Amino acid sequence: MKAIDWITQVLEMAVALAAAPAFLGWLNQCRAWLQNRRAPSLWLPYRNLRKLFHKEAVIAENASPLFRVAPYVVFGTMVLAAGIIPSMGTRLPLVVSADAIALVGLFAAARMFMTLAAMDVGTAFGTLGARREMMVGFLAEPALLMVIFVASLISSSTALPVITGHLASGHLGLSPSLAFSAVAFILVLLAENARIPVDNPATHLELTMIHEAMVLEYSARHLALMEWAAQLKLFNYVCIGFALFFPWGVAVGRFGPEQLLVAIPALAVKLAAAGFALALIETISAKMRVMRIPEFLGTAFLFAVLGLLVHVLLRA
Amino acid sequence: MLWLPHPVITTSPSLLTGCVALLCGWVLVGLAGLLRPGSVRFAGRTLFTLGAVLGLGLAALAGASLLSGGIERLTLPVGLPELPLHLRLDPLSSLFLLLLGASSFGISVFAGGYFREGEGALPGLLCLQYHLFLASMGGVLLANDAYGFLVAWEVMALSSYFLVTTQHRIPEIRRAGFLYLLMAHVGALCLLLCFGVLQGGSWLFTFHAMRAAHLSPGWAAVAFLLALVGFGAKAGLVPLHVWLPEAHPAAPSPVSALMSGVMLKTAVYGMLRVGLDLLGRPVWWWGLAPLILGLFTVFYGVLFAAVQTDMKRLLAYSSVENIGIVFAGIGLTIVFAGSGMKAVAALALLATLYHCLNHSFMKSLLFLGTGSVLHATGERNLGRLGGLIHRMPWVAWLTLIGTLAIAGLPPLNGFVSEWLLLQSFLFAGRLPHPFVNLLIPMGMALLVLAAALAGYVMVKFYGIIFLGQPREASLVRAHDCGLLERFGLLWLALGCLALGLFPLQVIRALGAVTGQLIGAVVPQGSPHWWLLAPVPARPVSYGPLVFLTATVAVVLLTALVVRLTYRQRVRRGPAWDCGFGAVTARMQDTAEGFGQPIRHLFQPFFEIERELPEPADREPRYRIAIRERIWRLIYEPISGAVGRLANTAARVQQGRISVYLLYSFATLLLLLAVALIS
Repeated sequence: MKAIDWITQVLEMAVALAAAPAFLGWLNQCRAWLQNRRAPSLWLPYRNLRKLFHKEAVIAENASPLFRVAPYVVFGTMVLAAGIIPSMGTRLPLVVSADAIALVGLFAAARMFMTLAAMDVGTAFGTLGARREMMVGFLAEPALLMVIFVASLISSSTALPVITGHLASGHLGLSPSLAFSAVAFILVLLAENARIPVDNPATHLELTMIHEAMVLEYSARHLALMEWAAQLKLFNYVCIGFALFFPWGVAVGRFGPEQLLVAIPALAVKLAAAGFALALIETISAKMRVMRIPEFLGTAFLFAVLGLLVHVLLRA
Repeated sequence: MLWLPHPVITTSPSLLTGCVALLCGWVLVGLAGLLRPGSVRFAGRTLFTLGAVLGLGLAALAGASLLSGGIERLTLPVGLPELPLHLRLDPLSSLFLLLLGASSFGISVFAGGYFREGEGALPGLLCLQYHLFLASMGGVLLANDAYGFLVAWEVMALSSYFLVTTQHRIPEIRRAGFLYLLMAHVGALCLLLCFGVLQGGSWLFTFHAMRAAHLSPGWAAVAFLLALVGFGAKAGLVPLHVWLPEAHPAAPSPVSALMSGVMLKTAVYGMLRVGLDLLGRPVWWWGLAPLILGLFTVFYGVLFAAVQTDMKRLLAYSSVENIGIVFAGIGLTIVFAGSGMKAVAALALLATLYHCLNHSFMKSLLFLGTGSVLHATGERNLGRLGGLIHRMPWVAWLTLIGTLAIAGLPPLNGFVSEWLLLQSFLFAGRLPHPFVNLLIPMGMALLVLAAALAGYVMVKFYGIIFLGQPREASLVRAHDCGLLERFGLLWLALGCLALGLFPLQVIRALGAVTGQLIGAVVPQGSPHWWLLAPVPARPVSYGPLVFLTATVAVVLLTALVVRLTYRQRVRRGPAWDCGFGAVTARMQDTAEGFGQPIRHLFQPFFEIERELPEPADREPRYRIAIRERIWRLIYEPISGAVGRLANTAARVQQGRISVYLLYSFATLLLLLAVALIS
């Protein structure tokens, strides 16, 4: 392990922490422009977090310790996840201990704590949100794993940096199995991050809300951590997408500081493009009914399985 | 790839003798219960704790045998004349004995604090049945001939039948017990036939002779299928699982834990013993049956677990799911081993064995947790529980470990076996059979889907019992469990943690078993003791200790930074609930409500009977009952046919002596005619 590896490791987590709110701000700006509205400031998510951190926290009388621990666990897992995804460099010391399956497990752990915390106070909205979140999760999680497995089979490893390194080496053309997985991945990304058409982050309407229903009982610093964790999750998912489908600009192999310096602007450009693309998808699609979500995610799962089958068939 | 040397056969069977002595100790402890059968203090507290210590001793001996990797044999001159009892301790039986000893330690300690007056049967009688059950499971694992095996198998079935029907005054429990006994005997019949085929004309029923027997491919396949049905009925493979969701809830919780955590594994042991040891080198296509059935069982079990409203039934269906994972692993092992891919076969077998160990710890933990809840509240129905984390913090927090483990979350133990199984699916390489090559990714997809659904089930299980507001006023009086019970739960929870955090050490111990059955061990591809890297050719690794340390460090750091930077206090207030006010416990999701999306999505799997209120009802009632379609499709036609057959046969029984004399006369004439013709 060289010093540069540890620097990359810390840098990735720090950049994720710092840039995740900005990415959400950028996405919201793009969406506003596309919808002919005046855009809010790019820094609005930061101001929100700052405001929340400075408030006095109110928690429900019957909340258990689990309720107070959950925001820290959810936030911590998301920060750790940022350290496993090779967004800038592929030589990450943490990655030998946690491959892509463990990464999905990490997301699942965050989801589990979040839903349990939502059920803890025992309000109608909390349990409703938890139930819907699990309904999204039980299809999105396997779909994500299947997407990762296609890439794992192509590069014969389940470690994300190895996959990225292999795909970035560029001597394979656009494989049809990866194309299927890319479609599946976009659907999963929208669903997992509570974006339109699955959830609407802008409303508190009981007919539709999923994520917001779960964090209703949180306030102040707990809510800030939950919100920040949600922004980190979106950031992480987009970075997984880059790692699997657009591994350009990422420092691979034995790299020095100069490659890392290239990787940062490359990531920024990719994030800007991805934010615009996501805003475009959200603008041109409408919110679905809740019971239609399983069909949406079932499609994603089937696409991912199809990608896997195509890979096996073409290889044979 | 490492090749193991031929296992050493020791002449002085010291470990085996020790194991036999401990099993006899269990029987004696059980009999001692009859000295003062009515005393909870003596039969409950003292004897169960003593039995637990014997279990720990058994685990230690089995562990030593597993690490040495040797084989010990012993012939005891008991039983019928000319038929001595053959016993054998090899890595496979050591592993399952270790599982039996280690998890029964926790369960017995818990049981010591659990049984009290009014459980139905007398404590002394329970003690006898319980320890006979334990000893018979040990007997199944040690037997080296078909007689001994089947005798122990039957003792196991009967003792557990009596344990299931502890509260025999309740008609449903008697019915559940009957169903269990019936299925156990259908299975035992298949095993009897299986051993009959396995002896291959030599009429020697020792396992040694069966290994040496040469069966034609057709008969070998028949033996394998009979074993699959026989052991599958005991393990709960769909469609032979029907007794499981009835018998597990009926039994007292330590017994449910023992049945689900340990007894189901004896069936897995039997399957491995017959399929990979006695039958010699398996044929690859045999593996398809357990693989496909196992995958179907996984999916079926988890779907039904998601819609249950009784907490112990939910766990029983979850056991069905986990048994499905184990059988899928066995199937995969056989497919690989039969195709000559020893390295991947060893990996698949390793994942299977690991999952057996994991499941015995986590499922026992959860069943014991529900036992404590049942004692504290008297409720098994999820719809009448809630908020118990405040009243029963010990049970709640220890059960949380089991919940997270069985949901397959890193860095706990459930994740390790799933990780290993997925790796063996992923890097199966190319099999020489195109159809199977396509089946394997689909199986993987099904497995992953079921694993995610297991998360759903566990959120429902934990959230509805322990979180939220109490759904009944009486729950406020619930109390936490006693000291012995806490210790039992703690032991199992620590087992889950240890199995999750030190996979490498476990795998090294399991190497002797894969070496014995497959002839290959899973190598350690990394130089670190904390890093699991089972596929040496590929950069694939997982380090749970680092994972846990990093998670804890990041979480603690976050908490520290937040605390130091923002020293705002926390105020308690009424729940906000989007400003609706007047939040009552009735507004929370019930178990039915939480399972509704699954019920809606997978409707064709369920037979649903709904009772909906009319708009004008003064006292609206909503009721929903979910049954398995298997009853109507398979079991009711069979039981109907058996009934009709019995009625037809009953016509022969007239009850008049002249008619019976006529029968004898006709038989005599028929026999004479046969004798004349031949």
